[in-house]
Amino acid sequence: MRTVLGYLVRRLLLAVFVLWGVATVIFLVVRVVPADPALLIAGTDASQAQLDQLRQQLGLDQPIIVQYLGFLGGAVTGDLGTSYTLRVPATELIAAALPNTVLLAVLAIVLAVVVSFPLGLLAALRVDRFSDRAVTVSTLFTQALPNFWIAVVLLLIFSRTLRWLPSVGLENPLSLILPTIVLALPLISILTRMIRSGLLEVMGESYIQTARAKGLSERVVIFPHAVRNAAIPVITIVGLQFGTLLGTAVVVETVFAYPGIGRLLVTSIQQRDYNVVQASVLVIAAAFVLINLVVDLLYGFLDPRVRIAK
Amino acid sequence: MTSAADTIAVNQTMLRARRARRSVTARIVVPLVIIGALVVGAIVVPWLYNYDPLQADLISRLKPPGTVTSDGRIALLGTDQIGGDLFAQIMAGTRISLLIGAATLVIAGFVGVLFGLIAGHFGGAPDTTLMRLADIQLAFPSILLAILIVSVLGQGVWNIIIVLSIASWVVFARVTRSQVLTLKNREYVEAARTLGAGNGHLMLRTLLPGAIAPVVVVATTQFAAVVLAEAALSFLGVGVPLGTPSLGSTIYNGTQYLTTAWWISTFPGVVLVILMLCFGILGDALRDRFDPRLRSA
Repeated sequence: MRTVLGYLVRRLLLAVFVLWGVATVIFLVVRVVPADPALLIAGTDASQAQLDQLRQQLGLDQPIIVQYLGFLGGAVTGDLGTSYTLRVPATELIAAALPNTVLLAVLAIVLAVVVSFPLGLLAALRVDRFSDRAVTVSTLFTQALPNFWIAVVLLLIFSRTLRWLPSVGLENPLSLILPTIVLALPLISILTRMIRSGLLEVMGESYIQTARAKGLSERVVIFPHAVRNAAIPVITIVGLQFGTLLGTAVVVETVFAYPGIGRLLVTSIQQRDYNVVQASVLVIAAAFVLINLVVDLLYGFLDPRVRIAK
Repeated sequence: MTSAADTIAVNQTMLRARRARRSVTARIVVPLVIIGALVVGAIVVPWLYNYDPLQADLISRLKPPGTVTSDGRIALLGTDQIGGDLFAQIMAGTRISLLIGAATLVIAGFVGVLFGLIAGHFGGAPDTTLMRLADIQLAFPSILLAILIVSVLGQGVWNIIIVLSIASWVVFARVTRSQVLTLKNREYVEAARTLGAGNGHLMLRTLLPGAIAPVVVVATTQFAAVVLAEAALSFLGVGVPLGTPSLGSTIYNGTQYLTTAWWISTFPGVVLVILMLCFGILGDALRDRFDPRLRSA
């Protein structure tokens, strides 16, 4: 019990440390650059007095270390600054956009798991036969598809040419179909390969032979026995891929003009709204760190061998 | 009787091994030939067409593939919104993408391998620092890091190279470090150490050669990742500067003309897919050939 608790504490401390590092990197990248936010907001024709007043208002006249501590303090208390362009707290913009992205990500993960389980199972049970080859080749091909391009191509086919689906925005549930598919595609190919190789490995283990020797039907051997253990790494992969998924969401949301946090990030970059930029990057990174933490803990819970090894 | 059966079994195993080896060779040679053809095309085509991305020919704008343009040339893949030849533009874009990929690989590979060698060889504080840095960086979707840095640095080919190097050096460092850790206690390394080899000699002459194979495998997959990241950044408008043709920026330009000129967005993507497939297959084949232990899914 004590070791489990110790592991939990160590893991939490590491997560906090990583978040602090991420916040510092963001602060350094955004603040210690030649660009002057005051000049960017006020425009080049602003007077010196206006600029000075704006700098004071934004806290840019403070020493860099004071700004840094202020930023960290704000991040801890949930104050991530105000949008330069919209004059509302950055957290408000993020609170409006984040649920949309989470919805999209969850749908994509569900779709990927639902599609890749049967595919991986099929490939593993018919290893080196035609269906296995077909699955393996198509996963290889799917992985080679650039997400922004496949998004544009699907948009071209299904909404511009066939006019079956709405092209942009989020007006009705149909708008979710194309972004979900684009987000799910790379995940499907990774998961299918994982499930295939995981099953192949598990099928060679002695407890499967035991199950067969007991005279259990092939169905019982495969489903509860093999699939359950082959499913464990899938959880890790889904967790690890979540970060990639959030990165992909930036691209996908831009193509489909989907009102999520990725699009918020890209538009605030275009408008040089640095407070919103740093707030949304911080939130995405925090989400990623937290999900990895949960996945790690879940992994130990699902696979007792990991707990003992620790 | 048994010996005859054994001989047959051995023969079959050898046959299978030989066939597997031949298929690995094909999986290395075929992608290399296609990549080579693209490299030659990227060098020669823009020069043959005398391609200038800023030159407008408004009479022949948005023409479908195969149209004869106003100056009497055949536009193989059609023309873009200012009447530029799409084929020449795609090849010029491929050139930029490959150049950025190669430059990034050199920088990220050099820095990553160096840090990996130092961390693996010395252990202790340098190692802990590196691994924590890697943790922080891996907590960041790397495209996000790239977008963040370019948005601050401004667009430009060199900025892209720097940003992508920052995003991908960690992979090289980790691979080199783990390889050094496994090599470190081998007898030949012990022998070199006993003979009085210094840190520099141990790292560069003794450990580095053993770490080259996995680094080459990783470099292949990283090259594909870098080319893809550059295209994505240019597509989002935080990549190459305006007026520089890139596969990503051409795809983006085409999105404004999807209903009237589908070819502008479609064909650069096809080239990108071919590149990704070739590097994917090549990476897998190299891994099978040089480092079966890295074999995963």
